[in-house]
Amino acid sequence: MTDLSNLRFAPTHEWVSLNGKIATVGISDHAQKEISDVVFIELPKPGRVLKQKESAMIVESVKAAFDIYAPLSGRVTEVNEKLKDHPELVNQSPTADGWLYRMECSDPKEFDSLLSAHDYDGVKESSH
Amino acid sequence: MDYISNTNADKAEMLKVIGARSFADLISNIPSSLKKVELKISPGISELELDRHMDEIGHANKNFKYSVSYLGAGNYDHFFPAVVDRLALRGEFITAYTPYQGEASQGTLQTMYEYQSLICELTAMDASNASMYDGASSLAEAALLALRSGERKKILIPVTIHPEYREVVRTYLSFLDAEIVEIPMKNCVADLEALSKAAGEDVAAILVQQPNFFGALEDTQRIGEIAKKSGALFVACVNPVSLGVLAPPGEYGADIAVGEGQPLGNPVSYGGPHFGFFTVKDALLRKIPGRISGMTVDKIGRRAFVLTLQAREQHIRREKATSNICTNQALCALKGAIYVSLLGKEGIKKLALLNVSKARKTHDRLLKIKGVHPVSNAPFFNEFALRIDKDTQKLKENLKKNNILGPLALENFYPEMKSTYLFAVTEKRTDADLGALAAAIEDTP
Amino acid sequence: MSRLLFEKHSQNRASWLPELDGSEKEALKKIPQELLRKKEPSLPSLSELDVVRHFTGLSQKNFCVDANFYPLGSCTMKYNPKALDSIAASTAFSQIHPYQDEGDVQGALRVLYETQELLSEITGMDEFTLQPAAGAHGEFCGLLMASAYHRANKQKKTQVLIPDSAHGTNPASAALCGYEVVQVLTNAKGHVDVNDLKKKLSDRTACLMMTNPNTLGLFEEEILEIAQAVHRAGGLLYYDGANMNALVGICRPGDMGFDIVHINLHKTFAVPHGSGGPGSGPVGVKKELIPFLPRPRILKESGRFTFEKNAPRSIGKLRSYYGNFGAIIRSYAYIKALGKEGLSAVSENAILNANYLKARLKKMFDVSHEGFCMHEFVLSARTQKKKGVKALDIAKRLLDFGVYAPTIYFPLIVEEALMVEPTETESKETLDAFVKILEDIEKEIDQDPQKVLDAPHTTPVFRIDEVQAARHPNLRFRSS
Repeated sequence: MTDLSNLRFAPTHEWVSLNGKIATVGISDHAQKEISDVVFIELPKPGRVLKQKESAMIVESVKAAFDIYAPLSGRVTEVNEKLKDHPELVNQSPTADGWLYRMECSDPKEFDSLLSAHDYDGVKESSH
Repeated sequence: MDYISNTNADKAEMLKVIGARSFADLISNIPSSLKKVELKISPGISELELDRHMDEIGHANKNFKYSVSYLGAGNYDHFFPAVVDRLALRGEFITAYTPYQGEASQGTLQTMYEYQSLICELTAMDASNASMYDGASSLAEAALLALRSGERKKILIPVTIHPEYREVVRTYLSFLDAEIVEIPMKNCVADLEALSKAAGEDVAAILVQQPNFFGALEDTQRIGEIAKKSGALFVACVNPVSLGVLAPPGEYGADIAVGEGQPLGNPVSYGGPHFGFFTVKDALLRKIPGRISGMTVDKIGRRAFVLTLQAREQHIRREKATSNICTNQALCALKGAIYVSLLGKEGIKKLALLNVSKARKTHDRLLKIKGVHPVSNAPFFNEFALRIDKDTQKLKENLKKNNILGPLALENFYPEMKSTYLFAVTEKRTDADLGALAAAIEDTP
Repeated sequence: MSRLLFEKHSQNRASWLPELDGSEKEALKKIPQELLRKKEPSLPSLSELDVVRHFTGLSQKNFCVDANFYPLGSCTMKYNPKALDSIAASTAFSQIHPYQDEGDVQGALRVLYETQELLSEITGMDEFTLQPAAGAHGEFCGLLMASAYHRANKQKKTQVLIPDSAHGTNPASAALCGYEVVQVLTNAKGHVDVNDLKKKLSDRTACLMMTNPNTLGLFEEEILEIAQAVHRAGGLLYYDGANMNALVGICRPGDMGFDIVHINLHKTFAVPHGSGGPGSGPVGVKKELIPFLPRPRILKESGRFTFEKNAPRSIGKLRSYYGNFGAIIRSYAYIKALGKEGLSAVSENAILNANYLKARLKKMFDVSHEGFCMHEFVLSARTQKKKGVKALDIAKRLLDFGVYAPTIYFPLIVEEALMVEPTETESKETLDAFVKILEDIEKEIDQDPQKVLDAPHTTPVFRIDEVQAARHPNLRFRSS
């Protein structure tokens, strides 16, 4: 299990890890359990500009489609190409190999407003 | 007539179990002002009387089993072998439900998969859905797909596309942020110069019909190049029977190929029900509207079929769906699949060639008549337009006298094309039919 | 393993078509090379007998109303009278072309016109269009007309209100017309929450889309108040006719205040489901909306049926030609055959059958709402879920007993929902057998739950791997 202490969480179940100005985004273990088997992932296009809380992309299960929201504002720089042929990575390793996309943050201060792993643990059952 | 299975004794017993004194108790919560209605509808009749009633109404229709039809324009008088209806109208197909419970619907799901495969082979495209309402709405859905794909808002539509299809596209787009640009025609085909000029970077899709409404063949290769250059999606709306001999959309670079499926095994039936087919290249797979059947396995590894890619659909994505379409036209597509199976590899070619040769024969014979002129020198498949400089009313009477339906007066759709008629000639037309048609026209002053 | 058409091979020279006479060679020369097909399609080659065996064998793997009870809520799987199939297939009605002269097809036009009249009478509306090919298509038609109406009245409307218990096509159709969807809550009694509705109504409301009875099978008792509120806000009231089977002959949406109504002929009016279509979704309107109906309207002038020539405010066309004539004529014949008393008998027996089943199943399942229902009701498999068996498992186990499962997981507002609609054509005997089957399954849940969890066991395939189907789509045969 990945060390979650560096991750911050949005109440909408996305996690972020920040490396300078580059943020890596994924969904939490709780979220992947809720979604159950991921069958398809519609990743955002590199270059796309996102506003915090805006719907950035879609994750599909057999019976449902889920909006995944941008935890921070910025520009998409990279997406996890492996997910095209292996969407199950999101279920198997949501906080490591199942990362979704990377973005260059326009306002790194937004990171501080997100929840710590501990605080997210407390709220995750109530939202969604 | 009634189809109620319960006896009065059953009903009394049921009320007792429910705990109601009478049926009125069950609907006591409906405001009484609403229940005062008495339907002004005549009493029911027996099946015997119904049969007679429908016969009487049917006699007021002139049908083309007993007349010779030269009408086309999207619905064609093709011959379908008896096997098609025998199989498709089996209770297990016609009274089955949508295959949501896959284990109980393998028959339907496999035939859907086979239909999808057959249509892809015919059109030379990569993937197909399980059918849509008709050719016109399929074309409109293709335009919607193009608009959903990005920032571009223009759709280029040549006026050589069936006028009703163009109207349907316009209706579908009427409250969306989109612009339809009509491309004029020249020689009864799309004016390529005008098309090229209009094909800018704001064009989401270029639509073309092949053969077009006049039966003429468009230069699809060139149109595909124009689309590619501008980055627009290339949508071809094609006649499936023509694909036995004409180049399929997949061979000339279409991104989406749609069309009217009626010629494949579905009786004309005054315009419906038929089906529209919708096929795409792999790149657009996840954007395809409608139902799709996919092959997979069951839990012990046996081949199984199931409705798949459902997350695109209305009942899941709701307002974000790829379309609002819920149903397909399963039974009509099934008839199509059975018909194409009966044609087989050799048959589809034979069928197309019969149409080509009979149409060409008819065209050339009619041009020998004084007063009959071509309106275009474009090649055609099984339909063509001719100008007949004769008394319109008398021509109509002569055709009727000879028990001929059609040809279609194009003035009704293109007011500038006076005395111009559209002739559809299928494998059913004989030399005797041609003789009667030629005589009817020749005899008209 | 079930073999595909493409995996079977036998002789097929399409000898059901006449032979070519050689003239095609010259004819083909008139078509430029580049327009001709280069690669032949890889179509299967099968003899007529093998085609018949193939499809007959496949048909035998299907459940169907002719063979099985289908208590599918919201689908109205009633018996499809065979007389209707014969009529639709008869030469007089199947071998006519939509562009024949009006004078040559007065019979077809009469069927269309009279069906419009009959549906208007049954629903209390002023005129119908028969053009839409299905329910969703009808919805789209209705919303387009609402948009055109508001635009003509120079009203800027941006929202459509939809109850949270609504069918999925409603929001999707609204989005196609550029509307924002606003959900209206359902109250504890299972009805549209009128207070919530009034809060969400505004001068931006184009319409409220609802069905009555609603998807819980309950009659919206406050419908007259709802209609008033919507009209006062300047909106239109739209009726989703999926549940019309409960109301035929009892009361009419037009009288409740609905401005636009869509009907599913493949539900209430006995058109067969055809394994997923073709259906037909006629739309009825009150007279203010008539100018916006799709063209062409069918009129009766001096005893003759004719197409309207000019309709400047029409929304246009939703499909080619006039509608699914082959489906429409079935419903026409059905309504004529049933007549006034027959139509009333439909809803009476539909409601009776549903209440009987509800009364008998109450002990086994939680019901979404107490009291009488209309033609359908919703159960919750909440109690069973606590024992480890879900609605899905029960649905699959029912297949082993030859019963197609009720609708599951709809409406979304009920946990582990099972929506049951027996329809009026089923006998008490069939209903009793259904109850007995559920009682047996209930026993299994207690004594041998794995049997239910692993169901079905007797169908041609067992539970299907839908995840693989969606992850690695295989949507067609490829000849390597």
